[in-house]
Amino acid sequence: MLTKRIIPCLDVANGRVVKGVQFLGLRDAGDPVEIARRYDEEQADELVFLDIQASTDNRDTMLDIVQRTAEQVFMPLCVGGGIRTIEDIRRMLNAGADKVSINTPAIQNPAFITEAANRFGSQCIVVAIDAKKVDGSYIVKSHGGRDGGRATALEPVAWAREAEARGAGEILLTCMDADGTRDGYDIDMTRRVADAVGIPVIASGGAGNLEHLRQALDEGHASAALAASIFHFQEHTIREAKEYLAQHRIPVRL
Amino acid sequence: MIAIVDYGMGNLRSAQKGLERAGQPAIITHDPAVIGEADAVVLPGVGAFKDCYEGLCEKELDQPVIAAARSGKPFLGICVGLQLLFEFGEEGEGSPGLGIFPGRVVRFSPARETGLKVPHMGWNQVRPSGHGAGPLVEALRECPYTYFVHSYYAQPADPDLVLATCHYGIDFPAMVGRDNVFAVQFHPEKSQQAGIRLLEAFGRLAAGVEV
Repeated sequence: MLTKRIIPCLDVANGRVVKGVQFLGLRDAGDPVEIARRYDEEQADELVFLDIQASTDNRDTMLDIVQRTAEQVFMPLCVGGGIRTIEDIRRMLNAGADKVSINTPAIQNPAFITEAANRFGSQCIVVAIDAKKVDGSYIVKSHGGRDGGRATALEPVAWAREAEARGAGEILLTCMDADGTRDGYDIDMTRRVADAVGIPVIASGGAGNLEHLRQALDEGHASAALAASIFHFQEHTIREAKEYLAQHRIPVRL
Repeated sequence: MIAIVDYGMGNLRSAQKGLERAGQPAIITHDPAVIGEADAVVLPGVGAFKDCYEGLCEKELDQPVIAAARSGKPFLGICVGLQLLFEFGEEGEGSPGLGIFPGRVVRFSPARETGLKVPHMGWNQVRPSGHGAGPLVEALRECPYTYFVHSYYAQPADPDLVLATCHYGIDFPAMVGRDNVFAVQFHPEKSQQAGIRLLEAFGRLAAGVEV
């Protein structure tokens, strides 16, 4: 049977993996290529690189990291942050990425999803959605979450459905209120989005322990769980995570 | 030397380095002469069936690929490279394929009918079908999880073509083959140890090593 995926996320800034710790700024977590190799050895199911600066200056640094990583690992790689044009996608895929994740450009121009999916195939177009709770209901935010992002008129479930209809192959859902807290994923929001679309949903934001991963995959109905800090600082290996999930009857690849 | 057929669909470097890791030098080429002279041929493919088929035809590589498959030398199709071996793909408005194997390529039923997400994306278990084992099937016996990403699967007209299956709501062919021609629906170049083992087994066939 199809197994649930465990996906370490590498937030990259200035060519280094960093991890935002709430209210404390960024901690250096190491060299991206080395960390990617470690996750490959630990049999992570996929890797996500997120360019958290996403400026034009950093584009080439990111391409170089992707290229060097792809030379050394034999696993699926997804890259997000700063991908705005068809040409950006083409360059990332040529550097060795298997998928790209698109956030703000998809919000600003939803036809970009279709254009990208038609050009490269839905399987490599991931639409990233940052969901934020405002006055008891959820909205989608654009322009990244680090400085709070910008409110949009979109609602996450409806936007996920539209992204699917426009050709996205997968949704990467980050619940911003949970992100960085280590208090667990927003299970309710994750399940609502996962149940609303026919494409896989990756849960993101809030993983602080292995039980949180289980909740996202089981109660949250996510196809994959993305996490950063619990793996980067070697609190848990990927294998420990999968063994925990297997003990709790979640299908994983061991 | 193994020839990886380049017809303008995606990055082929991962397939090449997978073969290199397996100890097999491989060249990425769109030259029919190189394909003709190679010891073995790999036909990759990502994206839409029709785009891949048209890409092959526009680069006038359809006939060289068919000739390679019929030549008796080891041949490996990967992902859409498996699907292209069949007669027809129903993706989009439909498209003919290379017709090396009889059968069609059809879509998984939508999630609203089955509760299963499409694309079938992630790691799933490959099981020998019992129709002839062979070295490529054997390569996966100890390490059966491989990485899949696809919305369509092959329905061979001849069930004996199915060497291994995978289950996703239904059993679909994870590996097909006959004589020298093999193809896998998953991505060996993205499947860590399992994929390397499969590529090593193919490399041994290419090198003419008895297995």
